[in-house]
Amino acid sequence: MNKLKNSRFMIFLRGLIMENPVLVLVLGTCPTLAQTGSVISAVGMGLAATAVLVCSNAAISALRKVIPDTVRIPCYIVIIAGFVSVVQMLLHAFLPDLYDMMGVYLALIVVNCIILGRAEMFARKNPVLDSMLDGLGMGLGFLLALFAMATVREVFGNGTFAGIAIPFLKDYHIPILTQAPGGFLVFGLLIALMNKLREKQGGVMKKDFSCESCPSAALCGKTSCSEVTEIAEEAGESADETKKEDGQ
Amino acid sequence: MTFKSLILILMSGVLINNYVLQKFLGICPFLGVSKKFDQASGMGIAVTFVMLCATAVTYPLQTFVLAPLKLEYLQTIVFILVIAALVQFVELVLKKFIPALHKSLGVYLPLITTNCAVLGVAINNVTDGYNFVESMFSSLGVGLGFLFAMVLFAGVRSRIENCPSPKPFRGLPVTLIAAAIVSLAFYGFSGIVETILK
Repeated sequence: MNKLKNSRFMIFLRGLIMENPVLVLVLGTCPTLAQTGSVISAVGMGLAATAVLVCSNAAISALRKVIPDTVRIPCYIVIIAGFVSVVQMLLHAFLPDLYDMMGVYLALIVVNCIILGRAEMFARKNPVLDSMLDGLGMGLGFLLALFAMATVREVFGNGTFAGIAIPFLKDYHIPILTQAPGGFLVFGLLIALMNKLREKQGGVMKKDFSCESCPSAALCGKTSCSEVTEIAEEAGESADETKKEDGQ
Repeated sequence: MTFKSLILILMSGVLINNYVLQKFLGICPFLGVSKKFDQASGMGIAVTFVMLCATAVTYPLQTFVLAPLKLEYLQTIVFILVIAALVQFVELVLKKFIPALHKSLGVYLPLITTNCAVLGVAINNVTDGYNFVESMFSSLGVGLGFLFAMVLFAGVRSRIENCPSPKPFRGLPVTLIAAAIVSLAFYGFSGIVETILK
């Protein structure tokens, strides 16, 4: 029993730290960059995504024996889009300020790689409770990463924390950090820091942006992204060849 | 609606409100497929193409089906399904009728299904209250902006690959920092279009 509890706890903890979806798996980059200009919108985004992730993981896991394998991705998308619409309507009704602040990115939770990715990698193979815990862990991991990034960007970029002014920094802030370029910069530095820490622990470094954990890889059918790149390269080569032939 | 306002919408999509560098939509392909120039341009063209198709379908759907029936709350579900189906359909059509184009764009099409830039532009066109022609111009502008950013960044990236960088920065972090600098360069464009057209 104790062991079982342990394994459940590990499922939860894994998403939070060891396999943090943003900083380690590098999924869901769009909202991470777009919603971290202020702490409030980052926390709102993190909570909204967590809610959708827990619900969609539970639903997909409950339906895992019903959904045919061949059409599973469209089914997942409909389930996820349904929950996103629910969250959208709830926020619109009860937290209209946050709804306006998040704008189009709220609807774009549908195409957040983390959610489809967890459905594809975890929920469709595991029982409901485990899937919900996985969703909760991953969602809170996402929230944590967004919160860390937003804190750096808002404190140094705007001199405030969640809207509260910080005495010294308020006068000497760096506005560019809250703007688009600052998003890329802070994210790059944060991943470099993670790499450094993981390197010390002897873990694997996130060397490159790869599609191995990307759910679109499943959408591509049989082709994984590396294969896509290879195919593209071959296509490029054959195009070069035809060019050469034309030249001759 | 004048010609001038259409050009303004187009240019603002390409330069000022660049989806990748200013609005952070479509970051995955921007970081994933920008290693080589020809792949980057192929992806950019495919995205532009799908954006135009998606807008041509979602705009009438919103105006003539969802709005009159007061089903706007289904927008998210309907749009994502339509776009996903459309991408599959376009791929089949290209494969059957224009095999040459399918060969060059086909590999990128499935990757675009869950591209947030495509869904984003479809939703934004509705929220911004554009009419059909304006929506098409806006999609074209955004698509060209995506292509522009991809091609530009592929050039930057091929140089980075050959540069020695500190170990923790290798790979993704240094790419992101380069993206920050390119994004900073795009800041120079803000306000430029309005000034020229005045």
